[in-house]
Amino acid sequence: MNTIIFKTVLPVLAAMMLVFSVFVLLRGHNEPGGGFIGGLIAASALAMYGIALGVEEARKALVVDPISIAGVGVLLAGVAGLLSLGYQVPFLTGIWHSFSFAGAEVTISTPMVFDIGVYLVVMGTIAAIALALEEDEAGQ
Amino acid sequence: MEPSIDFVVALIPIAPFLAAFLAPLLHRFVGPAAGWVLAIVPASIFISLLGFIEPIAHGESFTYALDWLPAMTYLSPGLQGVGIQFSFFIDGLSLTFGLLISGIGTIIVVYSGSYLAGHRQQGRFLAFILMFMGSMLGLVLADDLIVLFIFWELTSITSFLLIGFDHARQASRRAAIQALVITGGGGLVMLAGIALLHLLTFDPASGQALWKMTDFIGVADLIRQSDYYLPILLLFLAGAFTKSAQFPFHFWLPNAMEAPTPVSAFLHSATMVKAGIYLLARMSPIFANGYVTLDLPLFGSVDFYAWNIILTTFGGVTLLWGAVFALKQTDIKQMLAQTTIASLGLLVLLLGVGTELAVTAAVIYLVAHAFYKAALFLVAGLIDHGTGTREITELGGLRAKLPFTFAAAVLAAISMAGLPTALGFFAKEEMYAALIGPDWHQMAVLLVLFVGNALMMAVGLSVAITPFFGALKQTPHAPHEGAFAMWAGPVLLGVLAMMAGFYTYELGHYYVIPTASTIYNFQVDSHLSLIPHFNQWPVWISIATWIAGVALFMFLPKIRVGLQNMQRRMGWTFDDGFDASMFGLIKGASMITRLLHHGRLEIYLVVVFVGFALAVFVPQIVGGGLLTSIEMPVLTFYEWGVIVIALAGLVAVLAAGTRLVAIASLGIQGFAIAMIFMLFGAPDLSFTQFMVEILSVVILALVMTRLHLDRRDRRVPWEILRDGFLALVCGVGVTMLLLLVLQTPLDMRLTEFFAATSTPIAHGHNIVNVILVDYRGLDTLGEISVVMTAGVAILALIRMRGGGPKLGIGAKKSSRRRARKGASA
Repeated sequence: MNTIIFKTVLPVLAAMMLVFSVFVLLRGHNEPGGGFIGGLIAASALAMYGIALGVEEARKALVVDPISIAGVGVLLAGVAGLLSLGYQVPFLTGIWHSFSFAGAEVTISTPMVFDIGVYLVVMGTIAAIALALEEDEAGQ
Repeated sequence: MEPSIDFVVALIPIAPFLAAFLAPLLHRFVGPAAGWVLAIVPASIFISLLGFIEPIAHGESFTYALDWLPAMTYLSPGLQGVGIQFSFFIDGLSLTFGLLISGIGTIIVVYSGSYLAGHRQQGRFLAFILMFMGSMLGLVLADDLIVLFIFWELTSITSFLLIGFDHARQASRRAAIQALVITGGGGLVMLAGIALLHLLTFDPASGQALWKMTDFIGVADLIRQSDYYLPILLLFLAGAFTKSAQFPFHFWLPNAMEAPTPVSAFLHSATMVKAGIYLLARMSPIFANGYVTLDLPLFGSVDFYAWNIILTTFGGVTLLWGAVFALKQTDIKQMLAQTTIASLGLLVLLLGVGTELAVTAAVIYLVAHAFYKAALFLVAGLIDHGTGTREITELGGLRAKLPFTFAAAVLAAISMAGLPTALGFFAKEEMYAALIGPDWHQMAVLLVLFVGNALMMAVGLSVAITPFFGALKQTPHAPHEGAFAMWAGPVLLGVLAMMAGFYTYELGHYYVIPTASTIYNFQVDSHLSLIPHFNQWPVWISIATWIAGVALFMFLPKIRVGLQNMQRRMGWTFDDGFDASMFGLIKGASMITRLLHHGRLEIYLVVVFVGFALAVFVPQIVGGGLLTSIEMPVLTFYEWGVIVIALAGLVAVLAAGTRLVAIASLGIQGFAIAMIFMLFGAPDLSFTQFMVEILSVVILALVMTRLHLDRRDRRVPWEILRDGFLALVCGVGVTMLLLLVLQTPLDMRLTEFFAATSTPIAHGHNIVNVILVDYRGLDTLGEISVVMTAGVAILALIRMRGGGPKLGIGAKKSSRRRARKGASA
């Protein structure tokens, strides 16, 4: 896996994949995509980054432990559900809010926050497993 | 009444939990004084409950309900139900219990501050005590049965923490587990009874089923006449009898004496063990006098009053069992524990008799017992604290050294013996009066009561007299009196119990009548009077009890030796039985584990796929829906192309020389399937399939390299045959199933529902995603929690070093450390 092409291309490729994963995540409510698939794309980007440049590099680039990202994801999804309590409606009821920003109509909602949580869980968990496996392989 | 007072009802069980959070912190700042500070909480609960006495004596009651789980109820379709409410109420019965719990709780908290002074984990201890108190208060104030159940199990859990407080000792861990298994298990059995009762109360006219105890009284007749009356009763009794240590579940109680003494004083006087009594008293208007007819194989048709027979029988046996075994003990705490069992039996028996007088007697005895038993346990703690031993044979002549302890012991023993003017006196008078009658079974119960009371009195005298009179004996350390915080409580309890005789009218009006009327479900009369009626039987039976009690006390050492010899000859106790069953459980569990979890991966897979094949084929064969004809589909050339790719993948897998190549080839199949999804209009599925394929190939390859398997797959021919056959069967089965499914008309209702509602109510055009994050968001939340938990577990497995040598798992330590540093940098 230590080919020079792979090593050179991968940082750019991984960055593009991550941007693409966010795009897939955010379009998910109306077009094919969503948090789960976005998370998978992001996790593949991280796993490949780890293979190409080494786990240490990958962890340094991530700053936080990937499993913590997964934990934050669950927390975020739970909090997105709890927000509905403030509106006197049952747990996980979607709350929608639109406003105009720089001339465009922007809509934010609790299902979106929830989906971001799903994204983080999938990305964090799979990246954590993949990096841990790569790490031990590298250590031997 | 202003509405805020109802809110106070809900606040009462919550406040101790809040205080419990503060306890460890407070202890860190103020040290042993934390006991005094924290006692403010139960004391204020006590004072606020005092305010309820006057209105409740006038027949008022207070409720507070907050919607909790509105969907949790059995309803006619289309109705909006009330469901489970977080609801509390106060009537005579719960008020009496609430006052006992908070009042004695105050004394216990103050006492613990001094008793455990200097203990490193005193803050934790106080937190446990307060949590337990909150659970207990919630239990007696709960209206909704589910709320009652939750607090019921909370008392089991918190008492587990209290009994096992000294967790470094094996005996105390065992006692804690035993109490948890028995009382918690009984609670679970009761939950089944609660569910049955809920379903039984379904009223077709209103379309509602009931959860609240206050509502059950209205349908009591319906419950008693139902076929389910006996099962429900037995399930509830399982809960009450385990909690209140009735024979044959009595043995956890003496073992629970492993707890620090303040815990014993609290749990076994006014709280824990009285929870079962509370439940019986509370359910008495619903269950009492239910008439049951049974067809037994040997006896033919039998009919009886189930509640009354079961309660008097078990109560009577428990009373005698506890009282006799109390004589055998030499440890003061054990003597008291056995008499507690006896007293609980007595209460169950009285509730079983269930007449107006018997219920009144039970109500008075309940409080009398709580007072004197709490005082005596605290005395036991004072003696232990002051001398270093609780063995009654090693104690003597302490009355000058421990004067306040002595005073408290004497006062408590007077109430226990039932001498005038103590509260215990009235309890005894009432119970004898309740049972005087011409029937032979009334006489039998009376005799049981008489014997039980005499035995208990002998034990009471022994605890109050033996340690304090006679010659001063050598004790582990020189005897000294405890601090004011320790002796004030028991003395106060003793004095209060003695004062009962001078306030008979107030006692009757404010406490006996409201409480007994709740249990009896009918206005009862109080006729407490200090003046003995020498023309009536109860007085003479009381006098006979005193004489018998004193006589037994005189011969106690001899009786004790006799009983100890007898016990030795029996050789088996209920305690041994419990241990045997627990060990049996563990052995059975490890046997099953070894059977199923043998560690041979290929066998796991074989089992899984055999199960899978059965699950696919059996319904098809049994249901008679085996595929009969196959219709050749009409496909375009590019659809054929995809199928050819899939087949090429299959060939590649089979022909692969090494495992790694096989795994990669498997990916070809996955891509082909993803293509099919794409062609047939499921872009989301296809998208996901692609990513899953990539990642699973990557992760499988990584796992493969880590496991250090052979590069090639070496299987003996018959294994190849077996696995190939299984693979074929599973594949054919799934194909047939799918074709079968396609032959049935497609049900479009769900599709139409989602297509019609997705955009208007969930603001999304992508139905798949909208379903995931909105329609079934709770499921997704559960799933991502599982994903994360599985991830943590896998990480733990990968990083575990234990399996290292066997499988070659584990990186060099230095590289791991560097990796960690990199991650945190």
